[in-house]
Amino acid sequence: MADPRRPALAALLAGAIALPAFAAEAPASAPAASAAASQAGAKYEAPAAHLTAADPALEARMLAITGELRCLVCQNQTIADSHADLAVDLRQQVREMLQKGETPDQIRRYMTDRYGDFVLYRPPWKATTAVLWLAPATLLVIALLALVVVIRRRARLADDQFEPEPMLDDDAAEPLDRPGTLA
Amino acid sequence: MRALKFLIPVGLFVILAGFLFKGLYLDPREVPSPLIDKPAPEFALTQLDKPEQTIRRTDMLGKVWMLNVWASWCEACRDEHPYLVEFAKLKALPIYGLDYKDQREPAQAWLAERGNPYDASLFDQSGRVGIDFGVYGVPETFVIDKQGVIRFKQIGALTPQVLNDKVLPLLRKLNG
Repeated sequence: MADPRRPALAALLAGAIALPAFAAEAPASAPAASAAASQAGAKYEAPAAHLTAADPALEARMLAITGELRCLVCQNQTIADSHADLAVDLRQQVREMLQKGETPDQIRRYMTDRYGDFVLYRPPWKATTAVLWLAPATLLVIALLALVVVIRRRARLADDQFEPEPMLDDDAAEPLDRPGTLA
Repeated sequence: MRALKFLIPVGLFVILAGFLFKGLYLDPREVPSPLIDKPAPEFALTQLDKPEQTIRRTDMLGKVWMLNVWASWCEACRDEHPYLVEFAKLKALPIYGLDYKDQREPAQAWLAERGNPYDASLFDQSGRVGIDFGVYGVPETFVIDKQGVIRFKQIGALTPQVLNDKVLPLLRKLNG
């Protein structure tokens, strides 16, 4: 006979794994949803300047930097892949700064001086972002501790404290064996 | 005590739901500007209607003034413009335009048609000064104090409510 504790343990494990994932996902999805909802407001429509880079190495460095910067106009895109007029200008700005020999850090500071930390897809570590960085690990630790406590408590219980395993196998298989019941 | 244990997940859910509910009413387009209470960036731009005349940041020191970023291609500016024309009649403070990524002719025609609330408009064809001011959603409006420090920024169109409840009280404070 199978161990009667098995389904309970499996459910517990699944819950512990899912909890931190949910916790990490929930706050992130809230601004994304409302960003999509409020697409009203001003958009850049001025004719875009057509700028091409002659130097592929420079272009690659530029794209590496702008690929981690948020475009303020269409907020869920990076400056690297946005077609917004402002993003086109900022890509050109980054090209020129790189040509002048400025470092990626200097370029990121140029952006945060104007638009704030919001432009950084990789938020900096500071007092206001501590919760953001620490929450996933903290929730994982809490979940694992809870798991250990529950498992230990259950390990001390006698077998007859658990409900017998329901006979799922027969019931679940039956509809599939009868053709025509699945519309 | 044991019976109340079920309240823990309920409590956690309520807290999470509270945060998400609050999130529904936040506007992600309104990014707080890091430029508030910082010196306005340097600029030297020609006037829209007088290409031979240049206005610099230093010319503006000593007075509290408003910088309104606009463009003839900007849809939301059309909604804002009548309020700005009315506000200019109060002569509460000098209002300067920043004509952002525009052409001189359509911009001047736009002002001729809709009224010109500006003491002067700075002509920023390349958009570089706009970038230095962190402009990303025209129209935007700044109030800059006598020391050249940015004290207020409005992202998106001005409304009579913003002008009455935010700009005028700030002006009284800065001039008082």
